[in-house]
Amino acid sequence: MPEIKITPLGAGQDVGRSCILLSMGGKNIMLDCGMHMGYNDERRFPDFSYIVPEGPITSQIDCVIISHFHLDHCGALPYMSEMVGYTGPIYMTHPTKAIAPILLEDMRKVAVERKGESNFFTSQMIKDCIKKVTAVTLHQSVMVDNELEIKAYYAGHVLGAAMFWIRVGSQSVVYTGDYNMTPDRHLGAAWIDKCRPDLLISESTYATTIRDSKRCRERDFLKKVHECVEKGGKVLIPVFALGRAQELCILLETYWERMNLKYPVYFALGLTEKANNYYKMFITWTNQKIRKTFVQRNMFDFKHIKPFDKSYIDNPGAMVVFATPGMLHAGLSLNIFKKWAPYEQNMLIMPGFCVQGTVGHKILNGAKKIEFENRQVVEVKMAVEYMSFSAHADAKGIMQLIQYCEPKNVLLVHGEAQKMEFLKDKIEKEFKISCYMPANGETAIINTPTKIPIDVSLRLLKAEAVRYNAQPPDPKRRRVVHGVLCVKDNRLSFLDIDEMCDEIGINRHIIRFTSTVRFDDAGSAIKTAEKLKTLLAEKLQGWSITISDGNISVESVLIKVEGEDDNTKSIYVSWTNQDEDLGSYILGLLQSMVQ
Amino acid sequence: MKLYCLSSDAAKPCFVLSFKELLIMLDCGLSAHSVLNFLPLPPVPSTRLASLPNYTPPHVNDPLLEGELKECCGRVFVDSVPEFCPPLDKVVDFSQLDVILISNYTCMMALPFITEDTGFKGQVYATEPTLQIGRFYLEELSEWVSGSGGGAGAAKRWKELVHLLPPPLASALRPRAWRRLFSPGALARALSRVRVVGYDERVDIYGALDATAVSSGFCLGSANWVLRSAHEKVAYVSGSSTLTTHPRPINQAALRGADLLVLAALTQTPAHNPDHMLGDLCVHATVTLRAGGSVLCPVYPSGVLYDLLECLSAHLEGAGLAHVPLYVVSPVADSSLAYSNILAEWVSVGKQARVYLPEEPFPHAALVRAGRLKHARSLHDDAFSADFRQPCVVFCGHPSLRFGAAVHLVELWANNPAHAIIFTEPDFPHAEALAPFQPLSMKAFHCPIDTSLNYSQANKLVRELRPRELALPEQYAASGGTAAGGGAAASGGAGGTRPHIGADVPTVVVRRGAARSLGLRAGLRAAPLTAALRVRDARLELVAPAACGTPGTEAAPAPVLHWSALDVEALVRALAREGVSEARVEAGADGCIVHLPRHDTLVHVERHATHVFCEGRSDVRQALRRALAACLPHI
Repeated sequence: MPEIKITPLGAGQDVGRSCILLSMGGKNIMLDCGMHMGYNDERRFPDFSYIVPEGPITSQIDCVIISHFHLDHCGALPYMSEMVGYTGPIYMTHPTKAIAPILLEDMRKVAVERKGESNFFTSQMIKDCIKKVTAVTLHQSVMVDNELEIKAYYAGHVLGAAMFWIRVGSQSVVYTGDYNMTPDRHLGAAWIDKCRPDLLISESTYATTIRDSKRCRERDFLKKVHECVEKGGKVLIPVFALGRAQELCILLETYWERMNLKYPVYFALGLTEKANNYYKMFITWTNQKIRKTFVQRNMFDFKHIKPFDKSYIDNPGAMVVFATPGMLHAGLSLNIFKKWAPYEQNMLIMPGFCVQGTVGHKILNGAKKIEFENRQVVEVKMAVEYMSFSAHADAKGIMQLIQYCEPKNVLLVHGEAQKMEFLKDKIEKEFKISCYMPANGETAIINTPTKIPIDVSLRLLKAEAVRYNAQPPDPKRRRVVHGVLCVKDNRLSFLDIDEMCDEIGINRHIIRFTSTVRFDDAGSAIKTAEKLKTLLAEKLQGWSITISDGNISVESVLIKVEGEDDNTKSIYVSWTNQDEDLGSYILGLLQSMVQ
Repeated sequence: MKLYCLSSDAAKPCFVLSFKELLIMLDCGLSAHSVLNFLPLPPVPSTRLASLPNYTPPHVNDPLLEGELKECCGRVFVDSVPEFCPPLDKVVDFSQLDVILISNYTCMMALPFITEDTGFKGQVYATEPTLQIGRFYLEELSEWVSGSGGGAGAAKRWKELVHLLPPPLASALRPRAWRRLFSPGALARALSRVRVVGYDERVDIYGALDATAVSSGFCLGSANWVLRSAHEKVAYVSGSSTLTTHPRPINQAALRGADLLVLAALTQTPAHNPDHMLGDLCVHATVTLRAGGSVLCPVYPSGVLYDLLECLSAHLEGAGLAHVPLYVVSPVADSSLAYSNILAEWVSVGKQARVYLPEEPFPHAALVRAGRLKHARSLHDDAFSADFRQPCVVFCGHPSLRFGAAVHLVELWANNPAHAIIFTEPDFPHAEALAPFQPLSMKAFHCPIDTSLNYSQANKLVRELRPRELALPEQYAASGGTAAGGGAAASGGAGGTRPHIGADVPTVVVRRGAARSLGLRAGLRAAPLTAALRVRDARLELVAPAACGTPGTEAAPAPVLHWSALDVEALVRALAREGVSEARVEAGADGCIVHLPRHDTLVHVERHATHVFCEGRSDVRQALRRALAACLPHI
């Protein structure tokens, strides 16, 4: 039985550093190539030595697929292509290809220039790496080679996020990356057709949460921000440059406009305009409403939101600041946090998930004192709010996706172990399909049934359909076809007997048996035949018996009556070899009738 | 497989392919040549057009014809709302169409004629830019034709008297089939039927076929369609370009090795090189502007317009005329310019690279920001009128000069020899377009830019694609016979038959290739198979019969198949083994008879049949069956 093997190098019972090895039909595919934000050592990148301990990696991997531009999904790509030496094909969508290098460069700067790390990839390596990327569009079916086909579906998580359907021969897998099943202010919902893959590899960040309605969360968010600035507090919202930031900006922008608020709102990075430009240019990837109205008013031209300058950190009075990065692990957002944390009137709103090991994660877990590398200790007195705005599917969404695409197996990644366990049970109970959740470095093996494509003759099917439809409807009745399987030029076809004879050029030999029964019966031969028909109809219920010109036929059995009026009749019973059972039964019946 | 051709205009094709019990329409182009026979519809009333003398054919006194015809400089025009020439509707019942595949936005203008009020129930497929830009074209057309059709009624009488009218009206092709444009409502309904596909996306058509749109390099979102069944492949090549302009380049690999190649919408101006024409246009424009005149380019709201804006703005800058304003006037100008800059996935690699920076793929966004390029919904927009400066370059429609803003500008500028009109769209002959505006003092230049395949490029393409058969409209096939130098696309065909397609007559163009040859072949194996059939989700599955169903139900045994001729002597020996002896063999006319007197049984043996006449004893019959089975090969 053919197998599909999955080995997570990252994201197995874990969030961050997504990197999953998939092998089926002799092809090895790497799904995402992310880095872990919580580590600063070699654990940050996936362990490529698992694939080959030594030597070139390219021959071992047929292609790399990147689902979206978040660093935990693409952060290790330049490392792999430029430092490990992978030279094979890399696929991602157009927006991902456009935006990923900017985030990679940002991260590189933080790592090398602020933390002074060496042995990190350079700017040039990022550029070279992105040059090797093949961009794909939604629903385009890309043949990587003669056997391997991939196709992208809209995933909604961030701009350009995609789910990938991967097929080798008759086996297929869907990898979701991160996805979102509810449309938000700037993106649509993930969508996939009923592709019935052998395996669905789904993220499960929010495996146990069923989130309340989006509107409530938004109202909550706006209320908290408003209350804080009214009291003269400063609100810090750590975000990533692209994605959630744009949604929250649209939200604040419309609220500020509606409430006619004057408190300053800042977006703290040089990337602002550039980032918004990407959204303008890839507006086909945003939701319906933005696409329809963009000619009149582009939602990404903000009136109230101004760029931030470092000197504003110490400005007095209320303000709202969006700052990168989103997990407070480095950079400007961390700097602002250090300054504002000790004051009670201030507020920190974490709109997304924080990976273990980051400052954000510690604060969310209630840490009141944070110690930094240089022995600096910061007391956290500011209010801390966690609001899940990250656009991941919740448990309901995951179940919905499974229902959409009807997989035969499900494998969970990108989530925490206990939560996965819970969802796994739920999936197995509800859908009656098996569900896997391998840890990093562990291999899950999934058996798939072999399917052999066969050309079936239309005549055979039509004949079967005629027979089937002639019978009273019964959904449980088996539909059986008889035919001949032909193998020609490595192609299988299923033909009916006559077609097969034509195909291979042989003539059928038909064997018929005929017996005579003598029967004394007055009246014309036709009348006798009528009588026989009534008798047969009584005995052979469920068979179709026809009579024409005094000849009775049941399947291939022919009954013919001859003889003068008022005389002994000869009844000829004739049948083909195939219908021996029926023929001999009818003959026996007639013989017993005569005696 | 049958192919019908429903359009008489090879550049605006419309085919119907019947294949695998499906009716597939390939493109639905609207021929607009008919509008040239009508008087222009000015957006503001024109005294000159209103005061043109009536025309009555000599010796005809028909009061119904009164006011229908007008004369201008010796040409006769119909004074009515212009009419168009949709695809033939009597050949194929549009309600029976299963699917319409659209290759690009210039070939979809007749869509409402086909899908609305015809009982059409099928699917329409097009790429996203085709739908969006096609919508602009159609909305612009609809707004102009319906928006300015004030006093002009529908003239009908002249159609009865066509034979009495002077040329070219007399030679008009089937004017009775001409139709007025659809209503905006019908247009919106037709467009809402379109399903959007991407390049290389496989669209399953009722489980019988896969249809794939592949890039054709002609304009944004333009596609060639590849239809694939399990064993056949049909490629429809329409509006393709091998030149490098702004759209994604043509994907030739996907078209290779088709069983049938349908070729349509080649260039309409084979004698003009588009690159030279673009150069000429820039020169003419510069000269006119330097002399203080303005330039009018009657264009469609998308397509070559983008290239014109890019080239002309750069050229004018080089010529020190950067201050000259460029205007685009169209009801859809703003949308068209905005949309072109968000179609990053559909443009050439060079333009795509700009998006990654991120900058707009087309420079016209920058021109708008710098104030060099302005767009307006119509000429009498207040903001536009206030801003209007001459000399300038105006791009506006419609290229036929029968409706739209261009009509007003030609009227306005006709008497000034300093101004110039430059024709770039290849759809209409420029002399005819200008006929109702004669006498004309402004300069007129003809610089048609048609980037679709010319004959030699088409020949080369067909040679490379190696289709098994080729089908093309008669216009292209005929030119092969007459113009020796031109060489029709078919002349380079890979030995395929060269069908002529009657423009107005349905013709069976394609016959399937030779039938499968029969006969026993090496490597052929056969085995009987009984399987349970499972039909689910439109997929057939053959499953082992034991795997499904209950064991209680009886399964009919597979029929035994005998073949070949019976060896009589072997039969006699076999019968003896079965204990049935004393067989007497008598040779007959075409076979022989085996007589078994003890059992009162006759066996007629022929080449392909054996007939046993026996008395009712079943033990004898079973012995005979065993003997026969032993002598005949069977499965």
